[in-house]
Amino acid sequence: MSQMRLTRRTAWGLTVAATAAALALTGCSSSGSAAAPAASASGTGGSGALTPVKLQLQWFTQAQFAGYYAALKQGYYKDEGLDVQIVEGGTDIVPQTQLANGSVDYALAWVPKALASREQGAGITDVAQIFQRSGTLQVSFKDKNITTAAALKGKKVGNWGFGNEFELFAGMTKAGLDPAKDVTLVQQQFDMNAFLAGDIDAAQAMVYNEYAQLLEAKNPATGKQYTADDFNVVDWNTEGTAMLQDAIWANTDKLKSDKAYQDTTVKFIKASIKGWAYVRDNPEAARDIVVAAGSKLGQSHQLWQTNEVNKLIWPSPDGAGMIDQKAWDQTVAIALGTKNDQGATVITKKPDADAYTNDYVTKALDELKAEGVDVTGSSFKPITVTLAEGGN
Amino acid sequence: MTGGRYRALRATAYGIAALLLFCLVWELVKAVVPAAGVHVLGASVLPRTDDHAMPHVWDVVARMGRSETSARGADSVLVAMGKAGWFTLRVALAGWLVGVVAGMALAVLMARRRLAEAAVLPWVVLSQTVPLIALAPLVVGWGGRIHLGAFEWQRWMSVAAIASYLAFFPVAVGALRGLQSPTPAQTDLFRAQAAGWWRTLVSLRLPASVPYVVPALRLGAATAVVGAIVAEVSTGAPGGIGRLIISYAQSASGDPGKPWAAIVAAAALGLVAAGLVGLVGLLLRRYRYAEVSS
Repeated sequence: MSQMRLTRRTAWGLTVAATAAALALTGCSSSGSAAAPAASASGTGGSGALTPVKLQLQWFTQAQFAGYYAALKQGYYKDEGLDVQIVEGGTDIVPQTQLANGSVDYALAWVPKALASREQGAGITDVAQIFQRSGTLQVSFKDKNITTAAALKGKKVGNWGFGNEFELFAGMTKAGLDPAKDVTLVQQQFDMNAFLAGDIDAAQAMVYNEYAQLLEAKNPATGKQYTADDFNVVDWNTEGTAMLQDAIWANTDKLKSDKAYQDTTVKFIKASIKGWAYVRDNPEAARDIVVAAGSKLGQSHQLWQTNEVNKLIWPSPDGAGMIDQKAWDQTVAIALGTKNDQGATVITKKPDADAYTNDYVTKALDELKAEGVDVTGSSFKPITVTLAEGGN
Repeated sequence: MTGGRYRALRATAYGIAALLLFCLVWELVKAVVPAAGVHVLGASVLPRTDDHAMPHVWDVVARMGRSETSARGADSVLVAMGKAGWFTLRVALAGWLVGVVAGMALAVLMARRRLAEAAVLPWVVLSQTVPLIALAPLVVGWGGRIHLGAFEWQRWMSVAAIASYLAFFPVAVGALRGLQSPTPAQTDLFRAQAAGWWRTLVSLRLPASVPYVVPALRLGAATAVVGAIVAEVSTGAPGGIGRLIISYAQSASGDPGKPWAAIVAAAALGLVAAGLVGLVGLLLRRYRYAEVSS
């Protein structure tokens, strides 16, 4: 009898353990009936010969990623034998992590953030530096007279934190200011309301996004939209503390061991740069592609973004995507040497030799040049975009 | 029946009155509190009330009527809200169903055996202390590597999984209390008549648990909706309210009515979900001699 009870109890114990395991696996079980539409952008597939490739973006679909959407829509990826699926980001999605854990094949990331992830063990390599310049500004109203980093002294300075602040801190440090003492740091939200309301004297802004938001807002004093004449901007490219931003990152181990992945990497970079060349030459059409891909941002805002992103890429004297040693070294130096308000640096030791390579982008550029694609954009002229109220 | 209809009418009237009262208070705050808000010793006590921070109620409503963007064929904001709400509702419902099944199963297991209760309940409680923002990228990460033949894990499934993770908790805890609610006299009666454990479960414990389970289901529906929206924001799953909130928030400075429209949609979604679960309660009406708040 007691033997019997014992076995029954054991059986129950097993059931409990099994249930706990099942609970842990809830994330993997199929979750029912609601057949929601998938967001796969790889509409055209079908041919078995295409290599499936997933690209992780840093954020939702917007013109910041126009080149990849253009390459997809124009069939450049397909021409290279790739079936590319563009995976959108979210507030808590870290592209480098998604790449390192194998969920995607390539990811877009800012260089300093990716270097920080590398130091924490993510095996990733910068294979193409799409944005050659930094798009981060410090914006202020004209009457504050802040045209250089040095002029931030004594002002209320907004910063986003989360690793987006290092150009600002490097700029202030370079100008001889102590960010902890000489300015009042204000944690900034991702809209510009605090700046417009006067809580912040100089706010961080991406030239292709938040700066446009300012120009889309109505000035209560005049009843009209603000214009560029209402603001001063500090541009970190001219202050000399710019850090490299959007780059294509690949999996380091697979680059070393997997021949097919190496070939795919060249093809992917090639088609992507071709996409960016299309965006350069057809900004309006590129904007329409992004809108069709599901962006909810306004029309004029998207065109502004397309145009500003073009300016960050073109002209690229060495060819789009080439990693410039000088810009890279500057990024690494700031990442190593600049402390933020918490006293942290981006990285603590120099990145190893696997951090970036120009091998694949060089091959891609050679193939593109052979096809007659303009990969330097030396004659690139930005268009003039008029922002509508609210960006609509 | 007339009494029931009268009650429903009265409830609707109260609901509308509450909504109007909210709008009135909103406009009153806007009129009374200075535009820059109220600061005491440099600390903000009352928020800003300028048109960027708190647009007029009628501006928000008017914004819903206009189209989202100037793109050709763009939906009006109201239609976009409806589409996104419908999407999130389905995902939340899928998550809720999984959560309810898992929660009920766990509750039955825990009611069956003390050992199970001792082993599982701490984990159930512990599971809710994991912050959602830590969990969401993990779930997406696992999901991204699941391929079973033609089946491929989609982002919305991660969202539903996170919604179910929030929804199962109140159901498990509520149902356990309900299943344990029969008095010793009642269980003794069943035992005296040689009723087995299953018989007791079906004829006594489950019916007795209804007053506990229905509020738990409603709570679960609310948490499933919140979970789905937060998970959408967090994982970037497209199509739903969470995405709409973030997308519209980007025009907070230039088009302040838009972000508020998305928030209105999220609130409306919660009401709809709770209402749907209310229908479940209606079906189980004959067991609800008394309702216990969970």
